[in-house]
Amino acid sequence: MALNLEDIKRIAHLARIEVSDTEAQETLNKLSGILGLIEQMQAVDTAGIAPMSHSQDVTQRLREDVVTQTNQRELFQSIAPATQDGLYLVPKVIE
Amino acid sequence: MQWEVVIGLETHVQLQTKSKQFSGASTTYGAEPNTQACEVSIALPGVLPVLNKQSVECAIKFGLAIDADIAPRSIFARKNYFYPDLPKGYQISQFELPVVGKGKITIQVPAGKNTEAYEKVINITRAHLEEDAGKSVHDAVEGMSGIDLNRAGTPLLEIVTEPDMRSAAEAVAYAKKLHELVQWIGICDGNMQEGSFRCDVNVSVRPKGTEKLGTRREIKNLNSFKFMLQAIEYETQWQIETLEDGGTIQQATILFNPDTGETRAMRSKEEANDYRYFPDPDLLPLEVTEADKTRVRADMPELPQALQARFTSEYQLSGYDASNLTSSRAVADYFVAVVNAGGDAKQAANWVMGALSAKLNAEEKTVAESPVSAGQLAALLKRIADNTISNNAAKQVFEGLWAGEGEVDAIIEAKGLKQVSDTGAIEAIINDVLAANQAMVEEYKAGKEKAFNALVGQCMKASKGKANPAQVNELLKSKLG
Repeated sequence: MALNLEDIKRIAHLARIEVSDTEAQETLNKLSGILGLIEQMQAVDTAGIAPMSHSQDVTQRLREDVVTQTNQRELFQSIAPATQDGLYLVPKVIE
Repeated sequence: MQWEVVIGLETHVQLQTKSKQFSGASTTYGAEPNTQACEVSIALPGVLPVLNKQSVECAIKFGLAIDADIAPRSIFARKNYFYPDLPKGYQISQFELPVVGKGKITIQVPAGKNTEAYEKVINITRAHLEEDAGKSVHDAVEGMSGIDLNRAGTPLLEIVTEPDMRSAAEAVAYAKKLHELVQWIGICDGNMQEGSFRCDVNVSVRPKGTEKLGTRREIKNLNSFKFMLQAIEYETQWQIETLEDGGTIQQATILFNPDTGETRAMRSKEEANDYRYFPDPDLLPLEVTEADKTRVRADMPELPQALQARFTSEYQLSGYDASNLTSSRAVADYFVAVVNAGGDAKQAANWVMGALSAKLNAEEKTVAESPVSAGQLAALLKRIADNTISNNAAKQVFEGLWAGEGEVDAIIEAKGLKQVSDTGAIEAIINDVLAANQAMVEEYKAGKEKAFNALVGQCMKASKGKANPAQVNELLKSKLG
């Protein structure tokens, strides 16, 4: 699978990362290298092997349904750029 | 051209847990902003999610209730998108391997203007665990949006159907059935105002008789059955008119405006839809063993289908009655309580689905709020069974019970509704009626069957409805015979 500069711009936009044209070209080269590597790995026959979802062969430990957290709003909001009436403030978003 | 509408639903069910999906923050509704937003909820760097055992059990319960495959191993994925009420930049969800696989829900579609009531099986594609986002408040401060992350991380089960529904009525019947089921098995409080049960409805149309699905538009966040019906009907009509005018349908997310009754596009989906799912490296695969399933099953109430089967075999009710009585756990419990208190099962079924539910509907009450208790209804049925009152009089007693005028026997006494079963008294009434209605008697003797019913009516009227109708029939027949 070959990437082009437009793909890079689109991926950057989806990740909300600003890339200049020079950076985009560099990123294109790097990502294409990674995809090339993956293409090589595709040659390995993996028929009958379950896809791996985690590098450790263990399963999820579950937490009892108990409220353990207390209200620390003041502490958390002390580092927020803007708050009011307990709300975090962000630049206006409109649907 | 004849058109066919094709509908599928995605429902977000908020699970009944004390704490969040991946942290120990409280899920109580309506708290002060951000007082239930812990470091995991606000996504401080370095925090790690730990899955809630209770919400996994809720998912297993649902899987068992719809006879679904429950995955022995399922995995969590990150669904990536940017919005201020999602501070991590991704929602933890399940993508490739959901915890609940294919299942089935049987719905009862009520009779419409030109259609009979019918049953239909809706196939469930999957149900997966995920977390809710926070809330944005748009009018608090000029030029800014306020973010409340109390809801962020609240446990959700998203239940997805196949595109199996073919009318707004079917979609609403499914949503109602699902709404009852999740409350029945105790995994959701069903509170639609508070957003505990939210439906997204995918609607497309195609020429009737064709296979290929049309382009769908998704109506987001419907939180009432009434709006769902209106929204689907409006949207269906809009799509048909657009296509008939030579237009095309663009895939889109749309909102329903209850004030205008119209739907409008929120955003076109092509760009927003690229969620770039990948397995969440912070969470290990979720394992559900046979032992887990057995343990959860032991904790579940008798399911509607099982209860329905019991009602038909134990109480000889029709399938229709049994299915109606198990439409909600509250109704089923009420019915069983009436029968256990000595009410005849068939009569109890008729009264619960008839007079009681009509009154409840008229006053927008639930069966749990019924002013007439199951014990009172059972007492009333006993008075019908032992011929103390007629069915007609029973309706007046029921009204009295509803209005809180006291207990059954006291109301019968106060309203003078006791049925006259004394043969002598009834004969006297019949004699008077026959004497006063000679013309009818002649008609009857000349072969007019209808005249007989008219005479019965006159006798009942003369007795002020208190004569035992069966006795009147019998005595009148023998007198005219």
